[in-house]
Amino acid sequence: MGYRSSVDIYTEWDIVAARQLGRNEAKKTGFGTVDQARITTAISELARNIYLYAGKGKIEIERFSENGLYGITIIASDEGPGIPDIRKVMEDGFSTSGGLGAGMPGVKRLMDEFKVHTESGVGTNITITKWLR
Amino acid sequence: MNKRMTEGINQNIDVIIERWEISMKEEKGKNFFHFMPSHLIEKTSREFAALMTSNIAEIDVVTPEKLNDFTEKVVRFGWSIKFVNKAIDNFSRIVFRLLEEKDVINQSNLRSFVTIFENWISSLRENIIEAYSMEWERTVSLQKIALQELSASLIPVFEKISVMPLVGTIDTERAKLIMENLLEGVVKQRAEVVLLDITGVPVVDTMVAHHIIQAADAVRLVGATCMLVGIRPEIAQTIVTLGINLKDFKTTSTLQRGMQEALRMTNRIIVEAE
Repeated sequence: MGYRSSVDIYTEWDIVAARQLGRNEAKKTGFGTVDQARITTAISELARNIYLYAGKGKIEIERFSENGLYGITIIASDEGPGIPDIRKVMEDGFSTSGGLGAGMPGVKRLMDEFKVHTESGVGTNITITKWLR
Repeated sequence: MNKRMTEGINQNIDVIIERWEISMKEEKGKNFFHFMPSHLIEKTSREFAALMTSNIAEIDVVTPEKLNDFTEKVVRFGWSIKFVNKAIDNFSRIVFRLLEEKDVINQSNLRSFVTIFENWISSLRENIIEAYSMEWERTVSLQKIALQELSASLIPVFEKISVMPLVGTIDTERAKLIMENLLEGVVKQRAEVVLLDITGVPVVDTMVAHHIIQAADAVRLVGATCMLVGIRPEIAQTIVTLGINLKDFKTTSTLQRGMQEALRMTNRIIVEAE
């Protein structure tokens, strides 16, 4: 386990704080500008989903090393209504808020690992990971 | 009662200040005493002590004007609110102990002195907190105004060509402002081509892209063409990975190339003068 830091998401500006933190951590891990942009954008999407759909939640960022490999893991958790149909959400172009519907499938493509745990009325927990190559 | 207290304080002011300084130096963490030269510490301490005692000195009831005067000065010291709070705490505790030592406060009048102290300190503290939070609110609202002034003005560069440089984070509020200024400007400046420059936008996620697409659509509706310029390589890759479709309008890497394209679209070229 590595060093973990977190940002609480309550307002739109917390999204900015979360991705600022993400960018710094990604930089410290050693990611290049393209991967930094990918990680930052992924955090931005997840944080915005928390803000839009759950109202409040948390973004946790952890740098880690495993068998000589380095990486960064981001955990987005909230106690919101949960995602009713996860398969639909992962389709390109599906949105309930009038957006582009590219957020969730986009995040999956931006990162190397993508895990969702969601329960109706309990909340959502999304864990994403990017490895340093 | 107050008079005896004031006398007691004034007679022993040097001891009080000395003890207070020692207690404040013991405070850990960021306090200004560590960075201050000693003569400044001395001066500031005296000023602070004078301010603290001025409230109970001449009059029984503290007037709001006097309190405001006090807080204004304390805020100007530039101390953190935590430090000021501690300073007031320590000061009152030291004064109380000293007055006890000098037998100004004893068993018989303890209760009434406690009341005096409470009135004295709590009104100070309330005022300090209010002054600080007002100062912060003022700063935040000023910065908000500054940010709004920065955001999104449409600049006419050539006849029929206007540029809107976007710098910084785009949130919902700014997106609205961008849209309004863009449409108003296009009509007013009779622009035919509008260049939206996102060189200064740190992150382009789906929401930002959505706002840009909507803005470009709206520009088309009022009869002009919108171009997205200043797309950095890493942003281009992220947009592609996200699967955002920007095929409906022209995009270029730099403002310069966008400008050349815009001139071409309005059938003009720039030539060097002979």
